Amino acid sequence: MLGSPDRRNSELFTLTYGALVTQLCKDYENDEDVNKQLDKMGYNIGVRLIEDFLARSNVGRCHDFRETADVIAKIAFKMYLGITPSITNWSPGGDEFSLILENNPLVDFVELPDNHSSLIYSNLLCGVLRGALEMVQMAVDVKFVQDTLKGDSVTEIRMKFIRRIEDNLPAGEE
Amino acid sequence: MADEALFLLLHNEMVAGLYRAAEQGEGENGRCTTKLESMGFRVGQGLIERFTKDTARFKDELDIMKFICKDFWTTVFKKQIDNLRTNHQGIYVLQDNKFRLLTQMSAGKQYLEHAPKYLAFTCGLIRGGLSNLGIKSIVTAEVSSMPASTTHSCNECVQEDD
Repeated sequence: MLGSPDRRNSELFTLTYGALVTQLCKDYENDEDVNKQLDKMGYNIGVRLIEDFLARSNVGRCHDFRETADVIAKIAFKMYLGITPSITNWSPGGDEFSLILENNPLVDFVELPDNHSSLIYSNLLCGVLRGALEMVQMAVDVKFVQDTLKGDSVTEIRMKFIRRIEDNLPAGEE
Repeated sequence: MADEALFLLLHNEMVAGLYRAAEQGEGENGRCTTKLESMGFRVGQGLIERFTKDTARFKDELDIMKFICKDFWTTVFKKQIDNLRTNHQGIYVLQDNKFRLLTQMSAGKQYLEHAPKYLAFTCGLIRGGLSNLGIKSIVTAEVSSMPASTTHSCNECVQEDD
């Protein structure tokens, strides 16, 4: 009839995200500030999203970073964005890996204009991952290293484990 | 297929983030509600475009409003509008007794003063949807008791060339 409800809902999120990035680009003078704001907002979303995730996924405590990677790619990404990135490029120490997204739902219908070459369009995702993992006692660094919006063939997110957080209080900004 | 929880969290963070930035004097000052409404407008336009690609033309304005209340509202908010009233002269009142963007906030009068911030985007959404269907409107909303919200759409039909 009008297309499956799931698909239309995904468009709602994608379109809303696009409107947000557009608004931020108007509000902030340079791409770096927009990137920071997206990361901050993502962080705030992540610290709440983790509760929803834990409640719905029934996933137990991860014993190491490899398990964490699996859960993120195969369960979390699937649940929230309907895609399953592949996990590659493990560092020898097992503390860094890459998520490869063949297609990134956030960038459907999006083209970066020339004057925004430093914009990390999907930077919200980095904040979400960082915020969510912090709530389960993991401090991580997350960044995009390849982006289809910038002409790369895939989108690659690099995740690095920094340390276990012993405190129960969140360390990041709100 | 983005999950609903993502949209809800994104929406709430958009509201919080905009107001936070305004308080701290970052970026452009004030006009948070206007910004949220404009964002909703763009999204509403885009959504309606995709929804109605393959549907037949609407018979009349009331038909369009019913579509908004049923299909559109269900897709966005997982339920239909509970009550639609009209004076048959361009004013429509849409009532949602369990508005999804407010159900997490409170039940009753707590945080009532914050409710308008959470309705701005949706007003824009409706206005944008109607706009792409050829209807110019002014959409306002009110909340007298959470989580019920009432949206007023005041339509001025713009004739499309057939």
